[in-house]
Amino acid sequence: MAMTLVDQHDIDAIWQSIGMAGHKHEDDVVKITVSGNRVIGAHLLPGVEVDADEKPDGVAVNFRILDEAFIAKPIQLCFGVMPETGMQHIELNLNIGENSRASVVAHCTFPNAVDVVHRMDAAINVGRGACYSYFERHVHGPAGGVTVVPKAKIHLGADARFKTEFELIKGRVGVMDIDYEAECEAGSVIELIARIIGAGDDRVKINETAHLRGERSRAFLQSYLALKHDAFAEVYNTVTAHADGAKGHVDCKEIVQGRAVARAVPMVDVRHPGAHVTHEAAIGSVDSKQLQTLLARGLDEEAATDLIIEGMLG
Amino acid sequence: MALLEIRDVVMRLGETPVLNHLTMEFWAGHVHALVGPNGAGKSTLANTIMGLFGYTAFEGDIVYDGESLKGVPVDERARRGITLAWQEPARFQGLPVHKYIRAGAKDPSDDRVDQALLKVGLDPRTYRDRACDRTLSGGERKRVEIAALLAMEPRVVLMDEPDSGIDIQAINHIFDAIQFFKQNGATVILITHSLPVLQQAEHAFLLCNGRLRDKGPISKIENYFAENCIMCATPNEPEKRQGAWQ
Repeated sequence: MAMTLVDQHDIDAIWQSIGMAGHKHEDDVVKITVSGNRVIGAHLLPGVEVDADEKPDGVAVNFRILDEAFIAKPIQLCFGVMPETGMQHIELNLNIGENSRASVVAHCTFPNAVDVVHRMDAAINVGRGACYSYFERHVHGPAGGVTVVPKAKIHLGADARFKTEFELIKGRVGVMDIDYEAECEAGSVIELIARIIGAGDDRVKINETAHLRGERSRAFLQSYLALKHDAFAEVYNTVTAHADGAKGHVDCKEIVQGRAVARAVPMVDVRHPGAHVTHEAAIGSVDSKQLQTLLARGLDEEAATDLIIEGMLG
Repeated sequence: MALLEIRDVVMRLGETPVLNHLTMEFWAGHVHALVGPNGAGKSTLANTIMGLFGYTAFEGDIVYDGESLKGVPVDERARRGITLAWQEPARFQGLPVHKYIRAGAKDPSDDRVDQALLKVGLDPRTYRDRACDRTLSGGERKRVEIAALLAMEPRVVLMDEPDSGIDIQAINHIFDAIQFFKQNGATVILITHSLPVLQQAEHAFLLCNGRLRDKGPISKIENYFAENCIMCATPNEPEKRQGAWQ
C-alpha cells in the first residue's frame, strides 16, 4: 500500500472531527484513515487486504475480505477533507470473499468545508454466502459546502447478504447525489437505507435500484429524510423482480417543513408471477398526534419536531 | 378552592354544541371522573382543557390556578403543569423510551426515568432503550405514557380511558400511579367507561350530549353504570330527549 507518512496529529485531528478524539488504537480492529488523496493511517488484520494508490485528486483502493474470513469487530474507515476546499475522489473496488463475515463503519468528515467535492465510485462484489454491512456516517459543517456523489455498482452472489446505511444527520448536506444499483442472485438479501436531514438550500438526490434476478432474492430500500428551510430532495427507489419467490419493499418517508420540497418516486417492476414487491411513500409535516403529545409534555414546537425527526432518523 | 374551573363553556362543531354550558370545578389532590355515553363530550372537554389543535375556540372560560387559559397554547399549558394521556398514545418511530420520558420530565436524570418505569411495572433494563413505536404492545405503550406523566410531575393530569389495553395485572400499576398523583397534590381527571377506574375517583361528573347531567360522589354516579344510564333513556338523541332533561 502506498501510504504517506504523516504526523500522528493529522490522524488524531481527523478522528477528533467525528467526535472520536482519543480513539485508542486497538490491535484487533482494522482501521484505515484517508485524508484528501493520502492514506495517512492503516492497521490491517489477517483476512483483510488493502491496496491503495494515491492519485492527484483522490485515492484508488482495492479492498478485499478473503474467503471464509470472519472479522469480528467493525472495520473503521475514515475519509476526510479537513481544509475548506478540496476534491476527494475515492475509487473503491471492494471484494467480499465467499462465506466471509465483515462489517464496516465509514466516517466521512468535512467539518470545515466551503467548497469540497467528495466522490466515490465503488464496485462492490459480495461473494456467495458472505455477509457484509457498510454503515456510512457523514459529518458535515454547519455551512454545507460539500458535494457528495457516491455511486456504487453492487453484485450479490447466491445467498449473500449486504446492508448499507447512509446517515447524514449532523451538519448541512450541501449537494448529495447517491446512485446505487445492485444485482442480486438467488437467495441473496440487500438492504439499502438512507437517513438524511437537509436544511438551508441543500439538494439531495437518491437513486437506488435493486434487481432481484435470482429466486428467493430479497430487497429492502428505505429512505427517510427530514427537510426544512429551502431544502429540496428527490428520491427514486426501484425494485425489479425477475424470479420466483423474489420479494421486495420500497419505503420512503419525508418530513417537510418551511419551504422545503420533497419528491418520492417509488418504482416497482415485477416480471415474474411468483414475485412480490410492495412500496409505500409518505411525505408531509410531522404527525399531528405525535406533535401534540410532545407539546402536552411541555416541549415547544421546534423541540418536539426535532425529537420526532431524531427518532425517525436515529 | 378549585385548581381548575370550567365556567359556562360552550363549544360547537358547526351549529351543534358538543360542550353545552358546562360549569365544573376540579380540586387539587383529588381524583375526578368524567363518565357518560360515547359522544357525551368527555374527550372533547379534556382536549379543550389541554388546548389541543381544533379545541381552542369556545365560549365561557377555563380558569387554572386563578388565570384564564384562553389563548394559552398547549405547550405553555403543559409547562404550567397540565398534561393529557391519550386513550391511544401516539407511536414514535425509533424514539427510545428513555428519551420520550425524559422529554417532559421535571428531573431528566436516568434515575428519575428508571423510577417512573418501575412505578408502572416496566423493568428499565428491558424498556429503557426500546423504541416507543409499534414494537411495544398497546398495554406497554400505555404504561410508558403513564411513566412519562409521572416523570413530568404535573399539577393537572387528564387521563383518557387509562385502562384500555391494559391487562389485569398491570392495571394495579396504573391505579397506583393515579393515587401517586393524588398524594402529590395533583388534580386527576379520569375519562372512563370502567367501574374499577371510576372507583379510583372520589368525585364524578356525568355528561350526556355535552351537558352536565349529574355530579357528586362516585357512589351516586355509579348508578349510571349499574342502571345503564337510568336517568336518560335516549342518550345522544337530543330531539327525543327534549323535556326529559330540560
